[in-house]
Amino acid sequence: MNKTGMNKTGAEIIWESLLREGVRHVFGYPGGAILPTYGALARYDIQHILVRHEQGATHMADGYARASGGVGVALATSGPGATNMVTGIATAMMDSSPIVCITGQVHSKVIGFDAFQETDITGVTLPITKHNYLVTRPEDVAPSIREAFLIARSGRPGPVLVDITKDAQQGSCLFDWEAAAPRQPAYRPNHTAAASDYEKALELIRASRRPLILAGHGVLISGASRSLKTFAERAGIPVALTLLGLGAFPASHPLNLGMMGMHGEAWVNQAIQEADLLLAFGMRFDDRVTGNLATYAQNAKKIHIEIDPSEINKNVQVDVALIGDLMEVLDVLLEDLQPVDSAAWLGHIQALKGDSAVRDIQNLPDNGHLYAAHVINDLWRETRGRALVVTDVGQHQMWEAQYYHHEEPRSLITSGGLGTMGFALPAAIGAKFARPDAEVWVVAGDGGFQMTMAELATLAQEKIKLNIAIINNGYLGMVRQWQEFFYEKQYTATPLLNPDFVKLAEAFGIRGIAIHQRGQVRAAVEAARQDPGPVLLDFHVEQEDSVYPMVAAGADLDQMIRRPNPIVETAADA
Amino acid sequence: MRNTFVVYVDNKPGVLNRVASLVRRRAFNIESLTVGPTDQPMVSRMTVVVETDESGARRIESHLYKLVNVRRVDNITFVAAVSRDLAMIKVKATPETRSHLLQLVEVYRARVVDVAPGSLIVEITGTEDKISSLAEVLRPFGILEMVRTGRVAMARGEKSSTEGLAELAELQPAAPLS
Ligand SMILES: Cc1ncc(C[n+]2csc(CCOP(=O)(O)OP(=O)(O)O)c2C)c(N)n1
Ligand SMILES: [Mg+2]
Repeated sequence: MNKTGMNKTGAEIIWESLLREGVRHVFGYPGGAILPTYGALARYDIQHILVRHEQGATHMADGYARASGGVGVALATSGPGATNMVTGIATAMMDSSPIVCITGQVHSKVIGFDAFQETDITGVTLPITKHNYLVTRPEDVAPSIREAFLIARSGRPGPVLVDITKDAQQGSCLFDWEAAAPRQPAYRPNHTAAASDYEKALELIRASRRPLILAGHGVLISGASRSLKTFAERAGIPVALTLLGLGAFPASHPLNLGMMGMHGEAWVNQAIQEADLLLAFGMRFDDRVTGNLATYAQNAKKIHIEIDPSEINKNVQVDVALIGDLMEVLDVLLEDLQPVDSAAWLGHIQALKGDSAVRDIQNLPDNGHLYAAHVINDLWRETRGRALVVTDVGQHQMWEAQYYHHEEPRSLITSGGLGTMGFALPAAIGAKFARPDAEVWVVAGDGGFQMTMAELATLAQEKIKLNIAIINNGYLGMVRQWQEFFYEKQYTATPLLNPDFVKLAEAFGIRGIAIHQRGQVRAAVEAARQDPGPVLLDFHVEQEDSVYPMVAAGADLDQMIRRPNPIVETAADA
Repeated sequence: MRNTFVVYVDNKPGVLNRVASLVRRRAFNIESLTVGPTDQPMVSRMTVVVETDESGARRIESHLYKLVNVRRVDNITFVAAVSRDLAMIKVKATPETRSHLLQLVEVYRARVVDVAPGSLIVEITGTEDKISSLAEVLRPFGILEMVRTGRVAMARGEKSSTEGLAELAELQPAAPLS
């Protein structure tokens, strides 16, 4: 396979190139315009996973990328196959996930003539890819794929689409991998922060008394968890995490405060508002973490360490920007980092914790009902916090973030920026292929699960072991919560008539268990863990529960809606 | 305020679309956009005029740099620069108005490039203000058609802004980019 300079078809070159990029799994779905490529697959040592919908293929590639730190690959035909990928590509774009999507395209001679299954997919995906290619000649296949991988994984990662016409797959040319080396003169993913900016940053750190690290997805992408830990410990600075940053810093670490933002811990948001220095590490001040920008962290100087220059001063004006790879920047800072006098500040945050009701798992009425928080908390205990959890989007996603305490990098995979319902099951399948030894759990809502549940068939066909926890509240719960808070409890278009998920699982040959009471949760989780095959747990939880605390969209970060009439106010873990 | 960006991009199909799409997607309004070749065969030069404030201008610049085909972005809004617009204006001309029109053309240092029994085509190069002013003056005579290129701009002084791009330009493109 290392022999180069041989005559090959474009289709063969696709697989040759993927092999050389280290690809072992491809998630895809065939069709006319990509058939030449499928025709050549049998000769290559790459496992193809047949999905049930191309959106699933993109989420699987995404889950694969996030679980492994490598690039995930999805394959589809032209027209509807390609357009079905759009949601997954946009999801990967918003969360900086490196995937390469390869689509078949109609014969180059009929492009522009509205041929059967012709869609201008490079046009469609222009704003939701980091870059894309239309390849019309076999000679351009290898260079385009090679560049696609380079661009997907370098700098701030993201999705790249390579659209290859049928004739480019069928035609032949000399395949020379060396000659296909990337040549994008203008692409410059790497940046080096200026020495004077390092000085300024260290100066601000030295002068601070109430510093706070805001750690985001960039910590995981950069592989900077260890540097972050050293940094926080040496300086004595507490760490708050974004949703996508969970796992970047151990939940059990004394300096870990927990999640910030809309459904973050009240004391974290309070601390952000009181801090005199924010150190933003690989995060982008999304509106879900800042609340009202006009009142956001007014007392704080800000240091932003970020690989993407366009994020600097985008939402929040900062005092110092260190543009570059987070780990590299932290390691330079560490050379001169001294402990900060933060004892009083840490004590103060501890006091804020005592005043908080977010740990409201103990505040839930003890009426025998099953609450989602119970389910997640028990799941966390049973798996000792070591599972790789993939969540969908909604209330259950926030409860997972609050009650599953992640210790390890890449132990939570979730759609943050786009908030794509239907993400969890396919992303988990992809994650399991990337990390076959990981204990993978899907935590999904009854609504979102139904968006991509056809992938249960993929799960069964590929004989994959992972477990599924459906948080079944009979509602599009997060939307119902907004209706409860902001639309006079008009529950329009949010109640769900659900299928019997246990029977549904069984129809796919998957074991299902329904759980109605708290006392049954741990046994069910244990049963799922022991079973060699996939198990679906259908947790029938309190229907009209809400996620607390909550910062209403656009409200000040410290104006949090708390659980009404809490029974106990405590910071102790349940 | 009006910001003028000179953007050097790969001379490949679809790049204009990428630039225009980006500016639109980030919710800016393009006032004018011109594109043409440079002395480097692999590089095209765009002049993009956008109405925005200082932070908006910074945002456009940094987002443009994220496009794989964008080689360099110069915001020349605050740089001493020569900027020009070219227009052709087809205006009604009768035997009674023709000489008056020719006088105006003279005053504006414009040129007549076509003469027909009932009309003239006037060509003018200059700042946008100057062109707008001529258009206003010609309007009472009856403007039949007008075309403007939009602003092109170049920083003053001996520094060559394409200089750094030369070595990059030697590289051949890896693949046609859509
Ligand atoms: C594809 C998509 N459509 C719509 C939404 C808007 N949305 C956000 S959360 C939510 C409800 C999710 O319901 P469910 O999956 O049952 O989870 P729950 O909130 O009840 O835990 C909806 C509809 C979305 N995020 N994604
Ligand atoms: Mg629900």
